[in-house]
Amino acid sequence: MTTSRFDPQTPRRHRLGRVWSALFLGAILIAILALGALLYDIIDGAFGLVAIENRVDPASLAIEGVPLEDLSKEQLTAILAQHISAGLLRRLEHDQPFEERDRASVYALVMERVVEPKIVKTWSLTASLTQRAAIEAEVAEKYPQAQLEFRAWINPTFIQTPQSSKPEIAGVRTAILGSLWTIALTLIVAFPVGVGAAIYLEEYASDTALNRVIQTNINNLAGVPSIIYGMLGLAIFVRGLEPFTSGTLLGVADPTTANGRTVLSAGLTLALLILPLIIINAQEAIKAVPASLREASYGLGATRWQTIWYHVLPNALPGILTGTILAISRAIGETAPLVVVGASAFVALDPSGPFSKFTTLPIQIYQWTTRPQDQYRNLAAAASLMLLVLLLSLNAAAILLRNRYSKK
Amino acid sequence: MLSLLNPVRTHPQVPAPVAALTSTAEMEMDDCAIETRALSVSYGDFRAVHDIQLRVQRQKITAFIGPSGCGKSTVLRVFNRMNDLIPTARVEGEVLLGGQNIYAPEVDAVEVRRRVGMVFQKPNPFPKSIYENVAWGARINGYQGNMDELVERTLRHAALWDEVKDKLQQSALALSGGQQQRLCIARAIAIEPEIVLMDEPASALDPIATLRIEELMRALAQEYTIIVVTHNMQQAARVSDYTAFFMVDDQRSGYLVEQGPTREIFTNPKDRRTEDYITGRFG
Repeated sequence: MTTSRFDPQTPRRHRLGRVWSALFLGAILIAILALGALLYDIIDGAFGLVAIENRVDPASLAIEGVPLEDLSKEQLTAILAQHISAGLLRRLEHDQPFEERDRASVYALVMERVVEPKIVKTWSLTASLTQRAAIEAEVAEKYPQAQLEFRAWINPTFIQTPQSSKPEIAGVRTAILGSLWTIALTLIVAFPVGVGAAIYLEEYASDTALNRVIQTNINNLAGVPSIIYGMLGLAIFVRGLEPFTSGTLLGVADPTTANGRTVLSAGLTLALLILPLIIINAQEAIKAVPASLREASYGLGATRWQTIWYHVLPNALPGILTGTILAISRAIGETAPLVVVGASAFVALDPSGPFSKFTTLPIQIYQWTTRPQDQYRNLAAAASLMLLVLLLSLNAAAILLRNRYSKK
Repeated sequence: MLSLLNPVRTHPQVPAPVAALTSTAEMEMDDCAIETRALSVSYGDFRAVHDIQLRVQRQKITAFIGPSGCGKSTVLRVFNRMNDLIPTARVEGEVLLGGQNIYAPEVDAVEVRRRVGMVFQKPNPFPKSIYENVAWGARINGYQGNMDELVERTLRHAALWDEVKDKLQQSALALSGGQQQRLCIARAIAIEPEIVLMDEPASALDPIATLRIEELMRALAQEYTIIVVTHNMQQAARVSDYTAFFMVDDQRSGYLVEQGPTREIFTNPKDRRTEDYITGRFG
């Protein structure tokens, strides 16, 4: 009998393979668990029971058995006139005459000025679902005036109303619009500049020492902490270019009050921040265009620019857009540089242009999480959910755009 | 035109090498489309080919043969300045296209490439429609005529029209490998070059597709000067009128051993090394 010098040990080798694959599965599970915990935490805070105390019981405002919410505009106006001071009434009338207001806005005024619902305590979604009886008992004991109701902190009103100092009626409209304005300005600046720089570096720049230094620097800039970009933005855009970023140079803002802490400064700062990301990704996408395609183009007597415009860019576009999606995702979540550049903590007015004061969703979330009251934690959770939705919808739009271009 | 006076040119349809000019004396009073003088190409410090003196006959098919690494493709790419795309490549000597050195400083490589088209080893149609593949080259080169007509004429010329006339707007990538390669040939001749360079045009194709490419080359040779690099001896013997044989020396640098009418090279080579290579004794 011949003895082999090989001892294949196949079962043992397969076993080793299974151990590794189990480890990789474990890694995936940890990742999913982390993601699940995050989502749970946000959703847990964004929904739940609240105990509401009204200054005036709405039931007492009912007229002839008709509940408050079914009253006509005239009746509501009468209630309002009855319960608030004459001075306030005159001011409201001055803001917008009652004849011109619709019923919904008068009803909102009655709720805000007369009923004045006040959330005295909130519970998380988990607690609301599992300990309903205990919560009811607690409310009956501690807040006999209060009513218990289920509240989705993220709701149409939350999205449509501006920031307010009262958590019951605070919304994120200004923050969403601020985020959208900032991102739009960021993209308008960073996309063309980034793609242009990538084209130059890949297609035109020769392999000189200077170009290698530039390349290395761009790679390193992608890793610079964002707060440092904030300092840069503060120095250059907010202070250095104040006449431009405040809008006084273009004559659209009042020079006595305007300053450089505007949407424009924020957009430019974030553009600087994501520029290296866009450049690097666009470079990779351009590099991935097969040499055979360039040769085919040059072989037909195309110039360098014709080759780039008709062949390299269309083929690199899906990759460039993927990089841009990543860059937007990063920019939309940035908080630190915007704090430095001067996002306002409290803005109740919608941004109306590049020279407006602004706040963004992450800033808003940050502000709310620093407040001690429970209600703000719920607001922060709802705003986080909003930020995720905004991020996902922007990404979805970009992915749709990319798929349209990558279709052959 | 000289070509009309030359009786050899009237019967190039036959797939076998045409009984062409047989003596060196006749070669000297030839009709030269492109020639090289003391041509050397280096990539950085590496000298890829050196001292190439080559003459390519107008409206003939010239085959470049030789072992791998002997610089056939390098020389081919010199003719339309494709080597310009490689930053380290350096060309010395002269390459005369119609008497004009295409490496003279005042010559624009873009202009050279319009006059000298190229077909590559792997079919590389643009990821666009069939129509656009043919039309694009003409468009960027400022073609003024009727584009539909040009596309049809070119595709007929490339023996592809009947296969694709119903799907001109479909992606070229949906065609078979052989069809893609013929489309690439159509794309190259759409801008009416003087010379068409083919770098192993059939090496990625099956025998039937290869045969069709060879037939197409024979047909095109009536109008175009074709230079083809091939590793396939039979193909060189079947399709070409002239053959240039390259070898590689001890420094891995390529050089030209012998050139002449294909029949002579294959039946009665002057150089021992050519004979050894052709008969399969090495390489």
